Amino acid sequence: MANTAIAVRDLNHFFGEGEARKQAMFDVNLIVERGSLTILMGPSGSGKTTLLTLMGCLRAVQTGSVRLLGHDLFDADEATRTVMRRRLGFIFQAHNLHESLTARQNVVMGLQVHGRGDRTRHAKAADHLLRLVGLGERLDYLPANLSGGQKQRVAIARALVSNPDIIFADEPTAALDKVSGLAAVRLFKDLGSAHGTTTVMVTHDPRILDMADRIVTLEDGRIVEDRRGSLPRNGPTAPE
Amino acid sequence: MTAFLARLLGRLPIGYLQLTHHPGRLLAALAGIAFANVLVFVQLGLAGSMAESVAIPYRLFQPDLLIVSPAESQTLSDAATLPRQRLFQALVHPDVTGGTPIYVGRATWISGHEASSSIQFFGLAPDAGPFFHDALAAPLISLSLSDMALVDTLTRFVDMRSFTDATPEAPVPFEMQNRQLGAVGTVSIGGGFGGDGVFLVSDQTFFHLFPQRSSSTPSHILLALAPGAESGRVAAELAQLYPSDTVRIRPVAQAMDQEVRYQMTERPTGLIFAFGVAIGVVVGIVIAYQVLSADVADHIREYATFKAMGFRQGFFVGIILEEAIILAAIGFWPGLAFSQLFYESLAYLTNIPIFMTPERAVAVFIGTIIACALSGILAMRKLAAAQPADLF
Repeated sequence: MANTAIAVRDLNHFFGEGEARKQAMFDVNLIVERGSLTILMGPSGSGKTTLLTLMGCLRAVQTGSVRLLGHDLFDADEATRTVMRRRLGFIFQAHNLHESLTARQNVVMGLQVHGRGDRTRHAKAADHLLRLVGLGERLDYLPANLSGGQKQRVAIARALVSNPDIIFADEPTAALDKVSGLAAVRLFKDLGSAHGTTTVMVTHDPRILDMADRIVTLEDGRIVEDRRGSLPRNGPTAPE
Repeated sequence: MTAFLARLLGRLPIGYLQLTHHPGRLLAALAGIAFANVLVFVQLGLAGSMAESVAIPYRLFQPDLLIVSPAESQTLSDAATLPRQRLFQALVHPDVTGGTPIYVGRATWISGHEASSSIQFFGLAPDAGPFFHDALAAPLISLSLSDMALVDTLTRFVDMRSFTDATPEAPVPFEMQNRQLGAVGTVSIGGGFGGDGVFLVSDQTFFHLFPQRSSSTPSHILLALAPGAESGRVAAELAQLYPSDTVRIRPVAQAMDQEVRYQMTERPTGLIFAFGVAIGVVVGIVIAYQVLSADVADHIREYATFKAMGFRQGFFVGIILEEAIILAAIGFWPGLAFSQLFYESLAYLTNIPIFMTPERAVAVFIGTIIACALSGILAMRKLAAAQPADLF
């Protein structure tokens, strides 16, 4: 268990009420090892985003169990999930940068969520991350003055700046060219090796599939395939 | 500014950055806040002007107690008469050192070219100088001659410049109530909302102007008390001297306060001003709410992102209150400037005593902050729409 970042057991999830109630997840079981890079794949409506939001404390667990970094999220209230989210990094497909903040300020927000801190240290950390993703010359640019790929790299820097335990990413390389995309995923891998940072990523980008430790495919709310890459293959993971 | 606010708040000043990111929208918002401020200032200014115009005549009086008839006793200008006998009765009290009657009447002054002014006359005993403001003591003596008057330089609708050189030696003639009068000096009182000007005449001249009035029935009686006498106690003891319900006797300051309160809370004009203030506040709240709620709606995805990152509700409350306070703090100043301009214009055009007071400016500033903060609190309900799960 010490090597487990996420443990999903018998997870079911429903949307809607009454007759409109619809089941989106069916008895999903999944163990994600600390430091691994896991890719979730599947057609639209397969449940991969729902699974991502449940594991990322963005939705309440209804039935079944999700243990995140050793904490059971079942019955966790919003305040508890908010605190848990501070240990996570999120990268959205639409980057969701704050339009009024510069690249540096957007990244600094990833640190300010932890409370007041040394502003100079925050700025230095943000600058370091932005240089790491190749935006050292765009520190004071507003998002409106950045290209789509540059915005996505700022979003990646924002997610990584607080050294999260787990990164949840939705199509993080969709707006990036091949070189930038591979560099970003290599960064996730390096963080996994160096700091044990776990990455769970929804993507359809064929350029990066080879770099995944594991590829989990969902269809109709169920895991239909669980392939291992650099990690040993052992078929669909059963909960411990 | 960003660095200053960051140091002050201990975080990036998101609210300030959001507001300044759209300068055009910010200017429109500030104009709205300023407009609401002007509405409030105008109504408060008019209300304050009315209170001031009510108080000014009272300030002509030096003594301690004012006796009026219990009927129509709320205002100085519209008081019913009472027997002068009450003055003589009061003089038997050991703490009453003197007294004088005051006669109040109103007349229309047609000064030519279809211009007319409603003039309030105070008929006073010329030798009663000690009962009035120090500056009036000497001019009152000059009213001893019949049909002489001290005219109000702030009288509306009349060019009073020809009266500024009036002296007892060279009275400036004018006609009222079909009588030839002479101005022997001037006062600066102003008519306020009840009339256009105040003229002071002797009691004898007053009876010439208002022949239906009698010296035995003054409008008010002023009493001076011995040094150290407590006016409230003496008023209570005097009340025992009179048959019940025949007079109302109060310290002058109390009578002034009560008339101001009466005019502000029970007369239609005061209530209209109060409604005007309320409307201004509501307009301000609505404008601030529109600005802040639109801003929340515009940034709903960013807020959802911050929620996903783990920011607590207090962080968002802080941003919206930051915006509210910035809007209030900046929008107040153009509102204050326009209001000052309005006051000066109105005072110039109407001669009513309307002016900005520091207390009013501070009160409106604090009120603006509170109103904007209240709008911010209302706008926070829209934050519930920021669902981080919907970002994926």
